[in-house]
Amino acid sequence: MGMRRKVGGFVLRVNPILCDGFGHCHELAPELVKVDEWGYPIIVNTPTPLADLGALESARYAVRGCPRQALNIERIAEQP
Amino acid sequence: MIPSHTLPRVLHGAVGRPLTLEQHEEAFAMAERPGTLLEQLEASGLTGRGGAAFPTFRKVQLIRSQRHHTKFVVVNAMEGEPAAHKDQTLLSANPHLVLDGAEFLASMIGAKNIAICVARDNPTVVNHVGRAIHERTRRSLRGPKLELHTPPWRYVAGEESALIHWLDDNKSLPQYRPQKPHILRIGHSPALVDNAETCAHVGLIGRYGADWFRGLGTHDSPGSTLVSLSGAVDRPTVLEVPLGTSLRSILEAGGADPDPQALLTGGYGGAWLSGVHLDAPFTNQALGPLGGTVGAGILVVLPKSGCGLVETQRIAKWMANESARQCGPCAFGLPALADDLAQLTHGSHDPQAVFVRLVERCGVIEGRGACRHPDGVTRLVKSALNVFAEDIERHMRGAPCTGSRSSQHYVQVPNLEREEELVWE
Repeated sequence: MGMRRKVGGFVLRVNPILCDGFGHCHELAPELVKVDEWGYPIIVNTPTPLADLGALESARYAVRGCPRQALNIERIAEQP
Repeated sequence: MIPSHTLPRVLHGAVGRPLTLEQHEEAFAMAERPGTLLEQLEASGLTGRGGAAFPTFRKVQLIRSQRHHTKFVVVNAMEGEPAAHKDQTLLSANPHLVLDGAEFLASMIGAKNIAICVARDNPTVVNHVGRAIHERTRRSLRGPKLELHTPPWRYVAGEESALIHWLDDNKSLPQYRPQKPHILRIGHSPALVDNAETCAHVGLIGRYGADWFRGLGTHDSPGSTLVSLSGAVDRPTVLEVPLGTSLRSILEAGGADPDPQALLTGGYGGAWLSGVHLDAPFTNQALGPLGGTVGAGILVVLPKSGCGLVETQRIAKWMANESARQCGPCAFGLPALADDLAQLTHGSHDPQAVFVRLVERCGVIEGRGACRHPDGVTRLVKSALNVFAEDIERHMRGAPCTGSRSSQHYVQVPNLEREEELVWE
């Protein structure tokens, strides 16, 4: 992995069609994913800064841990 | 050339006896084309009439900028809303105008195929369109290829990505579109999806030009629109009115209750509008701040004797059943909303908690489906909580209005007999 500039932020996105509500994402990234009463993820909508390495790490865990592969990380350029 | 200030524009001829190709060409004589089609479309400021009111020109330009050897124009006449009759009325009065518009759109984006989608539950309209296509192909085989498709009738089957999914893969389920604007594709070919009424307007703009089109309506929303009026009316009708007509005069023209309790605007995924706003003009710009919407041009009149809460509950229950059950928040959330509304309407041991839970659930469900179906229902429920606040208060105190006990309902909802055997194709 090369050095990436830690500018901008990222948002976790879920494909609601693929998602079956396993809840792994909530376990793996509790700071980014809440769960509604039916077990489906509610994802924090505001971009998290990429510099927040802990959050980025847990987001990656969530993406890899999703049994349906419904999650992905979307990079968002920093708002001026 | 028909003068710009007269109506009807698109709803020409008798419903049920569609104009033949000869009659159509006689009625809408081809004027010499005023400049290029694309410029005329941009200048006309036409917005989609299917509900979202997205500028048609921008959509055309997006597909036009795609480089691909095959493209599609899809005419959406699915009409999923049970309260809407405008597309079927239009197609059974004047199918050739819609086909003309589709051909204009095809020439603008360079498409060689046009697919007209009509729900198969409506065989009369399917016949009318089939005959119109036959007349055209018998006349000449040049121009884009016209095809008639008949997907099954479902509320979300008329959603554009579901329609494309049907044409692509015979599944009328909405697709996940993470980025906006998203280009819908049949196979690899980009497709332009437009409502049948929008196509009819394009057919007229291509003939008479943008200045003619702007002869009616307001500056921000020019042109005329079809309104499906039902509820407390003499008989449900489809009217063509200029955008910006006051709601009161639309109700008057349709023979509706002149002093209604509320109006359902925009359709079943729309919003209730209180009866005190009757003088508002029928445009998105004017209705938006009041909480209403033009949507697909649906107005359902709820009289003073009706109960808004009961009607909302019936709509929510039906909409919950019509969910494609692909996304969890929609599949589980909408039945829960309908259930909460039923408890508010018919009483429960703790109405205050039910009310709080309902508001909370509305916020949770919103924006979490692949399509806008759950958002439409939450918008409807939230507007009902605003507009019928006093009535809800009474229901919660255990003294429901008389309207809720009567068996007469004003919003048409198809019965849920087939609830168990709901099969998604």
